[in-house]
Amino acid sequence: MRHQFAVRIGPVGFRIGSAWAGPIQLMRTLYADYPAPADGIADFTVRLEPGRPWRRFLRPAVEIRGDFTLPDAAPLPLAQGLLAAEMGMNLQMALGQRRYLLLHASAVERDGRALLMTGNSGAGKSTLAALLGERGWRFMGDEFALLDPFTGALHAFPRMISLKNQAIAAMEAEAPAVRFGPLMRGTPKGDIRHLRPATAAVAAMEEPARPALILFPRFGFAADERAMAPSEVFVRLTQASTNYVALGAPGFDALAALVRQVPAVAIDYPDTASAVAQVERLWAAAA
Amino acid sequence: MGPVLYRADPPEARRLVPLDALDLIFHLPSGQTHLVSEPVPQVLGALAAGPADAAEIVSRLAAAHDFDPAGAEAVIAARLEELEAIGLVWRA
Repeated sequence: MRHQFAVRIGPVGFRIGSAWAGPIQLMRTLYADYPAPADGIADFTVRLEPGRPWRRFLRPAVEIRGDFTLPDAAPLPLAQGLLAAEMGMNLQMALGQRRYLLLHASAVERDGRALLMTGNSGAGKSTLAALLGERGWRFMGDEFALLDPFTGALHAFPRMISLKNQAIAAMEAEAPAVRFGPLMRGTPKGDIRHLRPATAAVAAMEEPARPALILFPRFGFAADERAMAPSEVFVRLTQASTNYVALGAPGFDALAALVRQVPAVAIDYPDTASAVAQVERLWAAAA
Repeated sequence: MGPVLYRADPPEARRLVPLDALDLIFHLPSGQTHLVSEPVPQVLGALAAGPADAAEIVSRLAAAHDFDPAGAEAVIAARLEELEAIGLVWRA
């Protein structure tokens, strides 16, 4: 590829190749704090390429390719090249990760213990993790949490936080401007702006944490909380994992142990201030 | 039609994890996870002693557990059909 960039996020190494310089320059800036893949070997490759050669220049459109691809993914305009790279990295993880049980969840850490948050798109798990990451917690990831099936430890995957729509302004009030990527309007997911996790979160990304509390947040409802039975949590987490079936017995053992040992609560919240207060109270109760 | 004999994989072919009202079963030969309730784990356990029909399973369960076997045979027969459908038992 013409332009290349390699980065390690948590325990996973990526190599990004691009036909255009723009997305790679942007990634070098945003991922400046991040190390290179261990031993220089990437686990996954993402390629940003034009669908047809002339598309490199004429109304440039980025197609996401790599070790794993979705055949019907629509190309993105070049201005959304960073989004294409991030989507490509997520795709490699979702389809190719075999070392860890992949949970579609955000995670933050305090005192070596991890808080996992999962839920449907729009539930606020990403925004909540980003917010807690600015308020005394270590941000571990907003998209994927990696459960080690052999140790039960949770590994961080602190990539760029993908803020959407209202969450953009909310976080612009919390984090310094230097940590933000460009505002991308009109993407398939609405407005998106990437936020780089705090430097300390990146520096500590190799440290795993013991799962201590699982929350299922839901934004836009009156504040409410409901303890969840382990069997319900198990079913929800298998649905939130892209590789549960592929991992076989080790994945089952890891998930069964997680739901037996870690309390889980469904929380409804009307606004982020309320959510942070609920999280802090539930965390104190779980300690 | 005579009694239907059922057979199951040996206990070591399954992971059984009791949770709350429900138990988890991971069936190693198929790689499938099942969420089940009583008396499914007990029925599978009773089949460890060899193939059996519903009446025989009831008498094995009555020997091991404290319950009234009256009317239990129809319940066990229904559970066996469900277990057959998900591949955890089959006709001997």
